Amino acid sequence: MKTCLVVDDSRVVRKVARRLLEDRGFAVAEAGDGMEGLAWCRAMMPDLVLLEANMPLMSGLEFLRRLRLEPGGRGPKVVFCSAEANLDRIREALDAGAAEYIIKPFDGDIVADKLALAGVA
Amino acid sequence: MAELGAERAGLAIDPDKAYLIESRLGPVARRESFGSVADLIAAVRGGADERLETACVEALAPSETRFFRDRAVFEHLWREVVPEVARHRPDGVVRIWSAGCGAGQEIYSLAMLQAEAPAPTGRVELFASDLSERLLDRARLGVYSSFEVQRGLSARQLVRHFENRDEHFQLAKKVRQEVRWRRVNLMEDLTPLGAFDIVLCRYVLSGFTARARSETTARLAALVAPGGALVLGEEEALAAEGFAPARAGLYRRAGGARAAA
Repeated sequence: MKTCLVVDDSRVVRKVARRLLEDRGFAVAEAGDGMEGLAWCRAMMPDLVLLEANMPLMSGLEFLRRLRLEPGGRGPKVVFCSAEANLDRIREALDAGAAEYIIKPFDGDIVADKLALAGVA
Repeated sequence: MAELGAERAGLAIDPDKAYLIESRLGPVARRESFGSVADLIAAVRGGADERLETACVEALAPSETRFFRDRAVFEHLWREVVPEVARHRPDGVVRIWSAGCGAGQEIYSLAMLQAEAPAPTGRVELFASDLSERLLDRARLGVYSSFEVQRGLSARQLVRHFENRDEHFQLAKKVRQEVRWRRVNLMEDLTPLGAFDIVLCRYVLSGFTARARSETTARLAALVAPGGALVLGEEEALAAEGFAPARAGLYRRAGGARAAA
């Protein structure tokens, strides 16, 4: 079973994302901030990280940069998931190594399409 | 209303599905300052003007579409069919028509592929048509919501081809200007449009009455040049002489040559 870590400071978003991902056969773990997310990854590297760009303690970009420095940290596909719709910010995320970018709000069809495009469907 | 849709545009609308008619005509009623859809229908029944009838028929046609719907079909078209067809054309020009283009996502998907990986041989001409002038106006503008640009479009394609436009996204002008648009009712004579190498009419005919579907399919097939392709929705079957299925929904016409357009 493929594993996904949802890193988002909103409990509601984590809950919605968990349901959509579990519907698609993922085992889902949740982290409320980047530090917690990195701790999860050190314990068990997931196949996919669904990542909010704008979080108070550590931004999504910073999380991604630090994840890639961890042993095995180049493995997970990282899909940003954020209300940030500025194309320059989206380009930054892709340049930093994100496989895809979902603009909130999203629905199940968008998640399915994006996971397929990221190669983790 | 269902009769009007069938007669004018070949649309199959189950009169029992009143909610469908209600939801599609709602925007027309508001735009035309009717108090309700029932008032609008009463006006059309009472012999309203031609323009109002046309607006209703256009609104009744289903128009949902998305970028790169069934992505593999687009990749196959671009990598296999377009280069192969181009090699057989004396002028190297490949003519592609998106029939029933809605808000333009299908033809723009091809326009984006053309910008990303231009056909190695020759030139590709992109045409798109719809029954609805309003949808054509929308398509020409190329402005889409965040929901629309996320259905089927990769983030890389989004940042490459689009610009932020308030809360929406607009396709870059250089991609938009590759497409020529025209209002076409598929129920009418299509021969003035000329021959095409690839005709896409995907998930359009399934909304037609059986008779309209079979007649329209024949009209579309007649416009496909030898060696070309008719592309329907993945579950939409084609029974036309001289065509062979190449993959789900994609039918190739036998032969190779088309006279220069």
